[in-house]
Amino acid sequence: MAFVLRRVGHSLVVLLGVTVVVFALVHLVPGDPVRIAMGTRYDPDVYAALREASGLDRPLLEQYVAYLGSALTGDLGVSFRSGEPVTTILLSRLPATVSLAVAGLVVALVVAFPLGVYSALHHGKASDVIVRIVSQVGVSVPDFWMAMLLILLFSSTLGWLPPSGYVPLTEDPVEWARRVAMPAVTLGLVAGSIMTRYIRSSVLEVLGADHVRTAESKGLRERVVLGRHVVRNALVPVLTIVGVQLATMLGGVIVVEVVFAWPGLGRLVLDAVAARDYPVVQGAVLLVAAMFLLVNLVVDLLYARVDPRIKVSR
Amino acid sequence: MTTTPRLAPEPTHGTARRRAPWVRSLVALLHHKVAVAGLVVLAVLVVCALFGEQLAPYPANAVDISRALQPPSTAHPFGTDDLGRDVMSRVILAASVSLQVSVVSVTIALVVGVLLGLVAGYFGGWPDTVVMRVADVMFAFPVMLLAIAIVAVLGPGLTTAMIAIGVVYVPIFARVTRASVLSVREEPYVRAAVSLGAHPGRVIVRHVLPNVSAPIIVQTSLSLAFAILSEAALSFLGLGVQPPAPSWGRMLFDAKAFLDQAWWMGVFPGLAVFVTVLALNLVGDALRDVLDVRKTVND
Repeated sequence: MAFVLRRVGHSLVVLLGVTVVVFALVHLVPGDPVRIAMGTRYDPDVYAALREASGLDRPLLEQYVAYLGSALTGDLGVSFRSGEPVTTILLSRLPATVSLAVAGLVVALVVAFPLGVYSALHHGKASDVIVRIVSQVGVSVPDFWMAMLLILLFSSTLGWLPPSGYVPLTEDPVEWARRVAMPAVTLGLVAGSIMTRYIRSSVLEVLGADHVRTAESKGLRERVVLGRHVVRNALVPVLTIVGVQLATMLGGVIVVEVVFAWPGLGRLVLDAVAARDYPVVQGAVLLVAAMFLLVNLVVDLLYARVDPRIKVSR
Repeated sequence: MTTTPRLAPEPTHGTARRRAPWVRSLVALLHHKVAVAGLVVLAVLVVCALFGEQLAPYPANAVDISRALQPPSTAHPFGTDDLGRDVMSRVILAASVSLQVSVVSVTIALVVGVLLGLVAGYFGGWPDTVVMRVADVMFAFPVMLLAIAIVAVLGPGLTTAMIAIGVVYVPIFARVTRASVLSVREEPYVRAAVSLGAHPGRVIVRHVLPNVSAPIIVQTSLSLAFAILSEAALSFLGLGVQPPAPSWGRMLFDAKAFLDQAWWMGVFPGLAVFVTVLALNLVGDALRDVLDVRKTVND
């Protein structure tokens, strides 16, 4: 319990730091952010209203406390561009991002788990070398380039899948699947390559452990040794990297979302940056960082549950 | 090798002994087939970056609409783009931008990160707490998102891209350095230097830094790979190198609209990014092998 409290407390402290960074974003912009955001559509009345609403004339600390206070109640301000509440905009983009991230994670696990375990069990053989080369290639491929190659193959050449676009899962699951396939494969192959390498080295490490030798010398069948003693133990450290990959996909897939015209958080950030819509940039960055922290927190807590040694060592 | 130090005069003797581990690592690296393949690719890239103007068959911005969107041919081995510019020439000329951005940004991350990591790890206490908490906060943002947020503040462009990518990688270097310093700090030779009254700066530079350099070198190689990818991604999003300057990421962006008509516009610049990143990753992995081997030999 003390561990849980300490870990949650740490996340909260970091989250507080994140809000400082997000708050500072707007104040680091050279010049007047409201004026810059309005650009050529400058209108003195609108300007005065936005300026007043943004609270930029008050002392910094007061502004920060106010920002923090309203953020806690779910109020992240209004968009400079559309006047809509930032929270509403973020929530409307969340399903696209989350459904893509989960689909990408599934692809990654389906690729990485068998390949990583197989490669470790055939350590040093030709098949292991091939898996290692393939995963090295996967780590090095720029995701947006892979996305373009997939479009080239499956849309332009074969005509099997639509090149881009999004349909909500709740509206038409089949059409959603057709559209999520390519972005999910793009994300999944890159993340899966990273995971394959972790799973491989983790399994290799466990294979050399004493308890595995004991299990083997007891005369247990290979399947039982593998299932009960090797894979289960090897997966514990892998949990961390799975968490990191999921968190990255939840917030960092801007380029893939752009290539596939996927209306998620990544595209939102990019559009908001281009339009200098700072409240939206702030809100999206805050939400992504918060999700990132939450996923890592959950993973760490799970990790401690599966492997009680963690609690002692930290 | 065993007799040389004895025969050599005093100053050379010292230098030769200090250089020995480096030379050994280098020799080991050159015996690593995968590393050599990576190094050859990198050498070709450096040549392209330095002598691109001489190597490229056409100038980067030789627009010729009458030759737009031509498939690969002997005159244009990688084809031409929508403005009739030679794709191969642009791929060659973009090498210098990519390498420049990655080297400058990783240098920023390396210098700042290692410095912070040394201070945090060696002195501990509040400097350690402050540095590590700030690093924790920065780790809470996905890399690309943080880079884009920085570009949002500073405005798009080459310099911004370098700063943004550099800043994003600072905490990684700080963490790697700090972790190694923590283990080296308690070594007898460091304690001996401290008890002899050596100035902390001297202890850090002479005794700590050389012994934490291995993981930093590996991290540098891997970060260069990530920096190439990040620069390409930023330019792809229109936030990095600005047109008409050639850049692999920007070329891929332009290619997107013509994917159906001109696959070559997208395939070759992407291949350039991929091969560069792969080479850097291979060298990084090989360095890890080589430097670890040295460590176990010494132990």
